[in-house]
Amino acid sequence: MSKLKSGSNLEKVLKAGHFAFTGECGPPKGANVKYLKEKFQYLKGNVDAVNITDNQTAVVRMSSLAASRLMIDEGLEPNFQMVCRDRNRIAIMSDILGAHALGIRNMLCLSGDHQTFGNHPEAKNVHDIDSMQLISLVKMMRDEGKFLNGDDIDVAPKLFIGAACNPFADPYEYRVYRLANKIEAGADFIQTQCIFNMDKFRDFMKKVVDMGLDKKCYILAGVTPMKNAGMANFMSKNVPGMDIPDSLIKRLKGVKKKDQADEGIKFALEQIEEFKEMKGIAGVHLMAIEWEHKVPEIAKRAKVLPRPAV
Amino acid sequence: MIVADQKSLKEILEMVQNHNKILIIGCNGCVTVCNSGGLREVEILSSSIKLARKKQGSDIEIDIKVLERQCDLEYIEEISDVVNDYDAVISMACGVGPQFLSEMYKNQTFYPGLNTTFFGGATQHGVWEERCAGCGTCAIHVFDGLCPIARCAKSLMNGPCGGSSNGVCEVNKESECIWDSIVRKKMEAGKLEDLIGVKGFKDWRTARDGGVRRSVREELVKGTI
Ligand code: SF4
Ligand code: SF4
Repeated sequence: MSKLKSGSNLEKVLKAGHFAFTGECGPPKGANVKYLKEKFQYLKGNVDAVNITDNQTAVVRMSSLAASRLMIDEGLEPNFQMVCRDRNRIAIMSDILGAHALGIRNMLCLSGDHQTFGNHPEAKNVHDIDSMQLISLVKMMRDEGKFLNGDDIDVAPKLFIGAACNPFADPYEYRVYRLANKIEAGADFIQTQCIFNMDKFRDFMKKVVDMGLDKKCYILAGVTPMKNAGMANFMSKNVPGMDIPDSLIKRLKGVKKKDQADEGIKFALEQIEEFKEMKGIAGVHLMAIEWEHKVPEIAKRAKVLPRPAV
Repeated sequence: MIVADQKSLKEILEMVQNHNKILIIGCNGCVTVCNSGGLREVEILSSSIKLARKKQGSDIEIDIKVLERQCDLEYIEEISDVVNDYDAVISMACGVGPQFLSEMYKNQTFYPGLNTTFFGGATQHGVWEERCAGCGTCAIHVFDGLCPIARCAKSLMNGPCGGSSNGVCEVNKESECIWDSIVRKKMEAGKLEDLIGVKGFKDWRTARDGGVRRSVREELVKGTI
């Protein structure tokens, strides 16, 4: 086995050829550590690593860096998310060093939801660099031990580099090339946007495999269980780049209101079963948005437990 | 050109509420072209203020004037004889106008009558759109003539982001996703290879981030041409 890039649990799980299972956790709108720790308990032992979101949807929350460290203290592995919206290259490099120093070993590089979606739409944004450049920056810092200006770093940050991919955004024909660019830039693993349109995703993955991208990078398929038909409807209408087929909305509407959550989970489980067999897919990224307490049940029913010890 | 919108009458009335004799100065440059600060707009604003003040029972005296350009010392000198005859002056130029005026006439108060918005042009009658953010290092040829710095809501050098949908930007359904257009243009022209690889880090020193900017043409300063 060649040398590990970061030594993170996620990297080891993937490298050993296991089907990875990652989760997601949003920090609180406050400094409520107790609440955060409660959420962690639902994830502990059920996933290989947990994405800690960075002020997702541009709503102010506890910093992802701090929450990631709190997660380590509780014995879980964070996947530290960082967006380019709120930091310039100086703050970005500084936080990357800080992340490594705090024991963080996975990092997901994102552009970030625009601040007009959030609760401080009056804010100025930064976008000094974009997510593609962020990936290459983390790689440069890790592999060359250099800052962007070429200066040497005293103890380089060793991070397993993640990136996002949304096959459902436009222009569709270009999305696979954009993914290729992210891999070329240095992404070690990819977590896709929530997948609902399986036909389109199958087609996308065929292109990915044809281009051999799955051989250069681990691709984790994004799964979000729908809580009810209303949520599916809302996401379909209001979340840009989200592709929710009418058939799914119909399926959820087709059962009694109290059974819709379970129907949503069933759909997610069917997806996970398919992903286990799908060529080019190395794992699943479960985004149970504000539904962390359902993760133990979903993991169990998805038959991905126990998580491998590597 | 520089595009600007008129401030609301309410805001302007508040600015001049304690003044009884004012001058409104328009500009024959960009703001005339974008119908916000030319002669017509100056006349309309003058009548609107007079009418509103009449209703309030506090008449106001207003003179109007339109300068060739308010971003040129030569033209703003034209009001030197009269400028201090007024309680205050409203400039209907882009943000440069009231500043040049304030710098030249230190004892007078100049109010901006416009909100200066962007560098752009009219895409149809009555609609103006942003095209340039004045980043100081133009590279639009790399993007087939479409600027992602000014026209992508996140100024992405490597777009489009995951929110691009049906050619529309995630931030605003009224704006095209410029990255959608860049990518389609490249792909249709068979230039996909231009989009392969990472576009490098931008040097923002030439933009506003490098501090206040200045352009010096030595030959003009020295008077050699
Ligand atoms: S690249 Fe810079 S100078 Fe050129 S159009 Fe865009 S913002 Fe303006
Ligand atoms: S949707 Fe297009 S224009 Fe809008 S932020 Fe994303 S890439 Fe930029």
